[in-house]
Amino acid sequence: MALSEEEIFSKVQESLVDALGVDDDEVTNDATLVGDLGAESIDFLDIVFKLEKAFGITIPREELSPEDILTNNQYVSDGAVTADGMAELKRRMPWADLSKFEQNPRVQDFGNLLTVGDLCRYVGSKIGE
Amino acid sequence: MRWLWIDRFTEFVSGSHARGFKNVTLAEEAIDDYSPSFPMLPPTLIIESLAQLGGVLILEHFNFEKRAVLAKVGKATYHFPARTGDRLDYHVQLDAVQDDGATLIGTCHCDGKLQANVDLMFAFLEEGQIVDGPLYKPGDLNAMLRLMNFFHVAVDADGNPLPHYKNL
Repeated sequence: MALSEEEIFSKVQESLVDALGVDDDEVTNDATLVGDLGAESIDFLDIVFKLEKAFGITIPREELSPEDILTNNQYVSDGAVTADGMAELKRRMPWADLSKFEQNPRVQDFGNLLTVGDLCRYVGSKIGE
Repeated sequence: MRWLWIDRFTEFVSGSHARGFKNVTLAEEAIDDYSPSFPMLPPTLIIESLAQLGGVLILEHFNFEKRAVLAKVGKATYHFPARTGDRLDYHVQLDAVQDDGATLIGTCHCDGKLQANVDLMFAFLEEGQIVDGPLYKPGDLNAMLRLMNFFHVAVDADGNPLPHYKNL
Protein backbone atom coordinates (compact mmCIF):
# COMPACT_ATOMS: atom_id res chain seq x y z
CA MET A 1 0.00 0.00 0.00
CA ALA A 2 1.57 3.27 -1.07
CA LEU A 3 0.34 6.14 1.05
CA SER A 4 1.85 9.58 1.32
CA GLU A 5 2.73 11.05 4.73
CA GLU A 6 -0.29 13.32 4.42
CA GLU A 7 -2.60 10.38 3.75
CA ILE A 8 -1.18 8.49 6.73
CA PHE A 9 -1.58 11.53 8.96
CA SER A 10 -5.15 12.05 7.79
CA LYS A 11 -6.15 8.47 8.62
CA VAL A 12 -4.33 8.53 11.97
CA GLN A 13 -6.01 11.83 12.76
CA GLU A 14 -9.44 10.40 11.93
CA SER A 15 -8.75 7.37 14.14
CA LEU A 16 -7.69 9.56 17.06
CA VAL A 17 -10.64 11.94 16.68
CA ASP A 18 -12.94 8.91 16.74
CA ALA A 19 -11.23 7.14 19.62
CA LEU A 20 -10.56 10.13 21.86
CA GLY A 21 -13.37 12.52 21.01
CA VAL A 22 -10.92 15.33 20.28
CA ASP A 23 -11.17 17.95 17.53
CA ASP A 24 -9.28 17.65 14.25
CA ASP A 25 -7.11 20.65 15.02
CA GLU A 26 -5.96 19.21 18.34
CA VAL A 27 -4.38 16.28 16.53
CA THR A 28 -1.05 17.73 15.47
CA ASN A 29 2.21 15.90 14.87
CA ASP A 30 3.68 17.17 18.14
CA ALA A 31 0.66 16.40 20.32
CA THR A 32 1.27 13.69 22.90
CA LEU A 33 -1.41 11.04 23.08
CA VAL A 34 -1.70 11.05 26.86
CA GLY A 35 -0.82 14.59 27.92
CA ASP A 36 -2.28 16.61 25.06
CA LEU A 37 -5.06 14.39 23.76
CA GLY A 38 -6.08 12.81 27.07
CA ALA A 39 -5.72 9.18 26.06
CA GLU A 40 -6.23 6.72 28.90
CA SER A 41 -4.92 3.19 28.95
CA ILE A 42 -8.13 1.68 27.57
CA ASP A 43 -8.03 4.18 24.69
CA PHE A 44 -4.83 2.62 23.40
CA LEU A 45 -6.68 -0.61 22.71
CA ASP A 46 -9.33 1.40 20.86
CA ILE A 47 -6.65 3.26 18.88
CA VAL A 48 -5.02 -0.05 17.94
CA PHE A 49 -8.34 -1.43 16.67
CA LYS A 50 -8.99 1.70 14.63
CA LEU A 51 -5.51 1.84 13.11
CA GLU A 52 -5.61 -1.85 12.25
CA LYS A 53 -8.87 -1.33 10.41
CA ALA A 54 -7.88 1.95 8.75
CA PHE A 55 -4.58 0.61 7.39
CA GLY A 56 -5.21 -3.13 7.17
CA ILE A 57 -2.29 -3.89 9.48
CA THR A 58 -1.75 -5.97 12.61
CA ILE A 59 -0.35 -4.26 15.68
CA PRO A 60 1.12 -6.59 18.31
CA ARG A 61 0.86 -5.12 21.80
CA GLU A 62 4.60 -5.11 22.50
CA GLU A 63 5.33 -2.89 19.50
CA LEU A 64 3.54 0.18 20.87
CA SER A 65 3.92 -0.64 24.53
CA PRO A 66 7.32 -2.13 25.39
CA GLU A 67 6.31 -3.06 28.94
CA ASP A 68 8.68 -6.02 28.89
CA ILE A 69 11.64 -3.64 28.57
CA LEU A 70 10.36 -1.15 31.15
CA THR A 71 9.82 -3.86 33.76
CA ASN A 72 13.05 -5.72 33.09
CA ASN A 73 15.76 -5.29 35.74
CA GLN A 74 18.32 -5.70 33.02
CA TYR A 75 17.15 -2.44 31.45
CA VAL A 76 15.88 -0.43 34.42
CA SER A 77 17.72 0.83 37.48
CA ASP A 78 16.36 3.09 40.24
CA GLY A 79 13.26 3.80 38.22
CA ALA A 80 15.19 4.93 35.16
CA VAL A 81 15.97 3.23 31.89
CA THR A 82 19.64 2.32 31.61
CA ALA A 83 21.84 2.85 28.57
CA ASP A 84 21.24 -0.76 27.55
CA GLY A 85 17.53 -0.20 28.00
CA MET A 86 17.62 2.92 25.83
CA ALA A 87 19.44 0.97 23.14
CA GLU A 88 16.78 -1.72 23.31
CA LEU A 89 13.96 0.84 23.15
CA LYS A 90 15.54 2.47 20.11
CA ARG A 91 15.92 -0.89 18.44
CA ARG A 92 12.31 -1.81 19.19
CA MET A 93 10.84 1.61 18.42
CA PRO A 94 12.94 3.19 15.66
CA TRP A 95 9.94 5.31 14.67
CA ALA A 96 9.67 6.99 18.08
CA ASP A 97 11.44 10.23 18.92
CA LEU A 98 13.15 9.28 22.18
CA SER A 99 15.48 12.28 22.34
CA LYS A 100 13.58 14.15 25.08
CA PHE A 101 12.95 10.99 27.10
CA GLU A 102 16.63 10.10 26.88
CA GLN A 103 17.57 13.28 28.75
CA ASN A 104 15.77 12.03 31.86
CA PRO A 105 14.58 8.50 31.15
CA ARG A 106 12.32 7.89 34.13
CA VAL A 107 10.09 4.88 33.53
CA GLN A 108 7.07 6.71 34.94
CA ASP A 109 7.36 9.31 32.17
CA PHE A 110 7.39 6.79 29.36
CA GLY A 111 3.60 6.61 29.21
CA ASN A 112 3.40 10.22 28.06
CA LEU A 113 6.06 9.85 25.41
CA LEU A 114 4.23 8.92 22.24
CA THR A 115 3.17 11.70 19.90
CA VAL A 116 0.86 11.69 16.91
CA GLY A 117 3.95 11.99 14.72
CA ASP A 118 5.43 8.86 16.33
CA LEU A 119 2.22 7.01 15.59
CA CYS A 120 2.28 8.14 11.96
CA ARG A 121 5.87 6.98 11.57
CA TYR A 122 5.01 3.66 13.22
CA VAL A 123 2.12 3.10 10.82
CA GLY A 124 4.35 4.12 7.93
CA SER A 125 6.91 1.49 8.98
CA LYS A 126 4.16 -1.16 9.18
CA ILE A 127 2.82 -0.34 5.73
CA GLY A 128 6.31 -0.45 4.32
CA GLU A 129 6.95 -3.96 5.66
CA MET B 1 -34.34 -9.02 40.08
CA ARG B 2 -32.14 -10.63 37.46
CA TRP B 3 -29.84 -8.27 35.60
CA LEU B 4 -30.53 -9.99 32.30
CA TRP B 5 -31.42 -7.74 29.39
CA ILE B 6 -31.90 -10.42 26.77
CA ASP B 7 -35.04 -12.54 27.02
CA ARG B 8 -33.98 -15.07 24.42
CA PHE B 9 -31.23 -15.87 21.97
CA THR B 10 -32.62 -16.54 18.49
CA GLU B 11 -29.40 -17.07 16.54
CA PHE B 12 -25.78 -17.60 17.47
CA VAL B 13 -22.96 -18.46 15.10
CA SER B 14 -19.62 -18.85 16.79
CA GLY B 15 -17.09 -16.18 15.87
CA SER B 16 -19.59 -14.35 13.68
CA HIS B 17 -22.81 -12.94 15.07
CA ALA B 18 -25.69 -13.34 17.48
CA ARG B 19 -29.33 -12.33 17.59
CA GLY B 20 -31.68 -12.08 20.50
CA PHE B 21 -34.64 -10.09 21.66
CA LYS B 22 -36.10 -8.37 24.65
CA ASN B 23 -39.71 -7.58 25.39
CA VAL B 24 -40.05 -4.27 27.21
CA THR B 25 -42.65 -4.45 29.99
CA LEU B 26 -44.22 -2.02 32.43
CA ALA B 27 -43.32 -4.37 35.27
CA GLU B 28 -39.62 -3.57 35.07
CA GLU B 29 -38.14 -1.61 37.94
CA ALA B 30 -35.66 0.13 35.67
CA ILE B 31 -38.53 1.73 33.77
CA ASP B 32 -40.45 2.94 36.85
CA ASP B 33 -38.28 5.90 37.74
CA TYR B 34 -36.64 6.72 34.45
CA SER B 35 -39.43 8.65 32.79
CA PRO B 36 -42.65 8.23 34.80
CA SER B 37 -45.03 9.87 32.36
CA PHE B 38 -43.47 8.26 29.31
CA PRO B 39 -42.51 4.69 30.14
CA MET B 40 -39.51 3.70 28.08
CA LEU B 41 -36.43 1.55 28.43
CA PRO B 42 -33.46 3.73 29.45
CA PRO B 43 -31.22 3.90 26.38
CA THR B 44 -28.21 2.82 28.41
CA LEU B 45 -29.95 -0.52 28.97
CA ILE B 46 -30.01 -1.06 25.22
CA ILE B 47 -26.24 -0.78 25.38
CA GLU B 48 -26.30 -3.24 28.26
CA SER B 49 -28.46 -5.65 26.25
CA LEU B 50 -26.14 -5.50 23.26
CA ALA B 51 -23.16 -5.90 25.59
CA GLN B 52 -24.70 -9.01 27.14
CA LEU B 53 -25.43 -10.52 23.73
CA GLY B 54 -22.03 -9.52 22.40
CA GLY B 55 -20.21 -10.50 25.54
CA VAL B 56 -21.37 -14.08 25.10
CA LEU B 57 -20.28 -13.98 21.45
CA ILE B 58 -16.79 -12.94 22.53
CA LEU B 59 -16.53 -15.29 25.50
CA GLU B 60 -17.59 -18.27 23.41
CA HIS B 61 -15.06 -17.32 20.73
CA PHE B 62 -12.40 -17.84 23.38
CA ASN B 63 -13.98 -21.00 24.82
CA PHE B 64 -15.17 -19.05 27.87
CA GLU B 65 -11.56 -18.82 29.03
CA LYS B 66 -11.19 -15.02 28.91
CA ARG B 67 -12.58 -12.48 31.33
CA ALA B 68 -14.21 -9.88 29.09
CA VAL B 69 -15.64 -6.56 30.23
CA LEU B 70 -17.31 -3.77 28.29
CA ALA B 71 -14.58 -1.16 28.14
CA LYS B 72 -15.81 1.50 25.74
CA VAL B 73 -18.86 2.51 23.77
CA GLY B 74 -17.58 3.97 20.53
CA LYS B 75 -20.80 5.33 19.12
CA ALA B 76 -24.39 5.01 20.21
CA THR B 77 -27.19 6.47 18.12
CA TYR B 78 -30.84 6.16 19.10
CA HIS B 79 -33.48 6.82 16.47
CA PHE B 80 -36.59 6.62 18.66
CA PRO B 81 -37.47 5.54 22.20
CA ALA B 82 -38.01 1.89 23.12
CA ARG B 83 -41.40 1.92 24.81
CA THR B 84 -43.16 -0.60 26.98
CA GLY B 85 -44.86 -3.17 24.79
CA ASP B 86 -42.07 -3.05 22.22
CA ARG B 87 -40.09 -6.08 21.23
CA LEU B 88 -36.46 -5.14 20.65
CA ASP B 89 -34.56 -7.31 18.19
CA TYR B 90 -30.85 -7.18 18.88
CA HIS B 91 -28.02 -8.15 16.57
CA VAL B 92 -24.30 -8.09 17.23
CA GLN B 93 -21.55 -8.76 14.73
CA LEU B 94 -18.01 -9.57 15.78
CA ASP B 95 -15.92 -6.86 14.15
CA ALA B 96 -12.30 -7.34 15.24
CA VAL B 97 -10.45 -9.49 17.74
CA GLN B 98 -7.11 -8.84 19.43
CA ASP B 99 -5.18 -10.51 22.25
CA ASP B 100 -6.35 -7.72 24.55
CA GLY B 101 -9.93 -7.25 23.46
CA ALA B 102 -12.56 -7.27 20.75
CA THR B 103 -14.96 -4.92 19.01
CA LEU B 104 -18.58 -5.47 18.04
CA ILE B 105 -21.12 -3.70 15.88
CA GLY B 106 -24.56 -3.78 17.45
CA THR B 107 -28.03 -2.84 16.25
CA CYS B 108 -31.48 -2.80 17.77
CA HIS B 109 -34.60 -3.00 15.60
CA CYS B 110 -38.19 -2.49 16.65
CA ASP B 111 -40.98 -3.48 14.26
CA GLY B 112 -38.36 -3.82 11.55
CA LYS B 113 -37.15 -0.25 12.03
CA LEU B 114 -33.63 0.60 13.17
CA GLN B 115 -34.00 1.81 16.75
CA ALA B 116 -30.33 2.07 17.73
CA ASN B 117 -26.86 1.33 16.50
CA VAL B 118 -24.00 0.96 18.93
CA ASP B 119 -20.28 0.19 18.56
CA LEU B 120 -18.84 -1.66 21.52
CA MET B 121 -15.32 -2.47 22.62
CA PHE B 122 -14.52 -5.17 25.14
CA ALA B 123 -11.24 -5.55 26.99
CA PHE B 124 -9.90 -8.75 28.47
CA LEU B 125 -8.86 -8.57 32.08
CA GLU B 126 -5.48 -9.96 32.92
CA GLU B 127 -5.18 -12.13 35.99
CA GLY B 128 -5.30 -9.95 39.09
CA GLN B 129 -6.69 -6.96 37.19
CA ILE B 130 -9.67 -5.41 39.04
CA VAL B 131 -10.63 -8.74 40.60
CA ASP B 132 -9.02 -12.14 40.95
CA GLY B 133 -10.49 -15.28 39.52
CA PRO B 134 -13.57 -15.89 37.40
CA LEU B 135 -16.24 -13.17 36.98
CA TYR B 136 -19.00 -15.77 37.43
CA LYS B 137 -19.62 -18.32 40.12
CA PRO B 138 -19.34 -21.89 38.80
CA GLY B 139 -22.41 -22.75 36.75
CA ASP B 140 -23.99 -19.27 36.92
CA LEU B 141 -23.28 -18.24 33.34
CA ASN B 142 -24.34 -21.67 32.10
CA ALA B 143 -27.63 -21.33 33.96
CA MET B 144 -28.22 -17.83 32.54
CA LEU B 145 -27.55 -19.05 29.02
CA ARG B 146 -30.01 -21.90 29.50
CA LEU B 147 -32.67 -19.43 30.63
CA MET B 148 -32.11 -17.47 27.45
CA ASN B 149 -32.37 -20.48 25.09
CA PHE B 150 -28.75 -20.06 24.09
CA PHE B 151 -28.10 -23.76 23.66
CA HIS B 152 -31.20 -24.20 21.48
CA VAL B 153 -29.77 -22.02 18.75
CA ALA B 154 -25.99 -21.80 19.18
CA VAL B 155 -23.87 -23.39 16.48
CA ASP B 156 -20.25 -23.29 15.46
CA ALA B 157 -19.03 -21.84 12.16
CA ASP B 158 -19.97 -25.09 10.36
CA GLY B 159 -23.48 -25.17 11.78
CA ASN B 160 -22.77 -27.89 14.36
CA PRO B 161 -23.91 -27.67 17.98
CA LEU B 162 -21.33 -26.16 20.31
CA PRO B 163 -19.09 -28.49 22.31
CA HIS B 164 -19.22 -28.75 26.08
CA TYR B 165 -17.07 -26.04 27.64
CA LYS B 166 -15.40 -27.00 30.88
CA ASN B 167 -15.20 -23.38 32.04
CA LEU B 168 -18.88 -22.71 31.59
